[in-house]
Amino acid sequence: MSSPRTMFEKIWDNHVVHAEPGKQTILYIDLHLVHEVTSPQAFEGLRLAGRRVRRPERTVATPDHNVPTTDRSLPIADQISLKQVEALRTNCREFGITLYDIHDAKQGIVHVIGPENGYTQPGMTIVCGDSHTATYGAFGALAFGIGTSEVEHVLATQTLLQYKPRTYELRVDGRLARGVTAKDMILYLIGQISTAGGVGYVLEYTGTAVQALTMEERMTVCNMSIEAGARAGMIAPDDTTYDYLRGREFVPRDFDAAVQCWQQLPSDAGAVYDKVGVYDAADISPQVTWGTNPGQVTPVASTIPDPANYADETEQKSASRALEYMGLKAGTRVEDVAVNRVFIGSCTNARIEDLRAAAAVAKGHKVAGSVNAMVVPGSGLIKQQAEAEGLDRIFVEAGFEWREAGCSMCLAMNPDKLAPGERCASTSNRNFEGRQGKGGRTHLVSPAMAAAAACSGHFVDIRNWDYK
Amino acid sequence: MQSFTQHSGLAVTMDRADVDTDQIIPKQFLKRIERTGYDKFLFFDWRYLEDGSDNPDFELNQPSAAGASVLIARRNFGSGSSREHAVWALENYGFRVVMAPSFADIFYNNCFKNGVLPIRFDEATVQRLFDNAATHSPYHVHVDLEKCEVTDDHGLQLPFEVDPFRRHCLLHGLDDIALTLEHEDKITAFEKAHA
Repeated sequence: MSSPRTMFEKIWDNHVVHAEPGKQTILYIDLHLVHEVTSPQAFEGLRLAGRRVRRPERTVATPDHNVPTTDRSLPIADQISLKQVEALRTNCREFGITLYDIHDAKQGIVHVIGPENGYTQPGMTIVCGDSHTATYGAFGALAFGIGTSEVEHVLATQTLLQYKPRTYELRVDGRLARGVTAKDMILYLIGQISTAGGVGYVLEYTGTAVQALTMEERMTVCNMSIEAGARAGMIAPDDTTYDYLRGREFVPRDFDAAVQCWQQLPSDAGAVYDKVGVYDAADISPQVTWGTNPGQVTPVASTIPDPANYADETEQKSASRALEYMGLKAGTRVEDVAVNRVFIGSCTNARIEDLRAAAAVAKGHKVAGSVNAMVVPGSGLIKQQAEAEGLDRIFVEAGFEWREAGCSMCLAMNPDKLAPGERCASTSNRNFEGRQGKGGRTHLVSPAMAAAAACSGHFVDIRNWDYK
Repeated sequence: MQSFTQHSGLAVTMDRADVDTDQIIPKQFLKRIERTGYDKFLFFDWRYLEDGSDNPDFELNQPSAAGASVLIARRNFGSGSSREHAVWALENYGFRVVMAPSFADIFYNNCFKNGVLPIRFDEATVQRLFDNAATHSPYHVHVDLEKCEVTDDHGLQLPFEVDPFRRHCLLHGLDDIALTLEHEDKITAFEKAHA
């Protein structure tokens, strides 16, 4: 009998095309998702070398980063953005790749449309020229972001050269308290292990608190694995996973047979991880980032930390610099920090459950006069569903802008961006300097916390919210 | 890909941890569909003032940093987005070597695809490089990938480790795709077995 293996090791072993000692393994890639920003140079490389796309049917594309979230009947005003979106169209046509274009209801953030159409399945290897590809690990897949040279490599060979990463189990047992979400869980974990704590590892999130998460919540957790520096993050598939996938367009036709295979994937009893961290869900409260990386995070019911309290000199400098950029003083209560902008969206938190959570908070309240707040659904299908449920009306009545699907102000490549000095409560994944616009100040929070900040004009502890 | 065997050049230090790829190349320059011409956008938000003039406080704008081709940085360099544009911008600007205590995974990998050598040293060694650069400005180093060694004109001799396969590819400027396609029969066999 073979020795017990982790889920990662099983998926890895299932995809080895060729391995030689001292060299990178050639790993087969089941699914390659493509967007407009990191692919044009890869397609150009293929053309220059006279190569074709080896498996166009395993490749799916959508424009998401550049697209405007306002009236889609108008052409893209930014000519350079337009050129990039048009390059994606041309490339998909020329190389025979399925494209969910801007007017397709299935267009959306690539990491949202992959799962909702059933492309992303347990046991798969999945890549995309985007670091948040880790999202699909929520299905028990090995999914990670790659650079453009690697995009070209996958297009040409349907494989990738890889060193085998190590495995890191992050176990969260217990139950998340009311008002504490998957976003708070992952922000808390990144705060614990730091933004470089996962470098060289594939994370596997385990434990009763993780098992209790819905599929969409699991995607939120896995999405931010890269924010801990990890190659990928994954969660074992179970009935939650199968129930989510059943009936979606691109799942295997013999679904029950597929489920039987997928049930073999979870880590074996006695499988050994290279590293293990154990956490208690009861220690996690609603989180707010205060600095310029996602590891600079603190509970909402606390104060902005003092850099002098860091033991490490590099951390001290980093914290001081972050406070200066963020315009914050150590010791300030987080709830006293006022915001002028709120962004509810991104591949981390723009799914239907996120919108429901934000709408439940917004219902019967008004966006504060000092705040501009926008909601950007993750895909056209989510937008339709939210409208069918009346969520759009709740948002609009409360004073939120209701937009078309895309990456939007998560990275502000399209016209949605912060002005210098503006402070934003954002459900996205990165609070880097200038991420949402040069000089903009980003605080990462859950959808409910973002909606509450919009209606209050400052951060509030969602556990005390007056739901109407 | 351009090969890398040895490189001698001016080193510049950047005393900031967690320099993310959003800082190395901000998003507005990712709309371009070319692989070249990113040099003027490198570290854009740090490098230029509002009016477009050079920010006199920024490391690369110091007169002593003109023509630098070796970057000495702090931990977790290149974190965040997978954008290979970050490496293109560094390379287009003239950087051939980045030395830091640690690198983000995707950035590290992207370097090797573009003839840029990322070298990991422990924190104490990187501190020593920072100190040397401060003491001996302008600070020139010599990086030898064949010997896996960094030296300077002041007696420094630092061996470094780099994965043998990546080293081999970099020394010979090998094209990954061509290397993989040597095993095309195995890819086809894999696809048949898993159809």
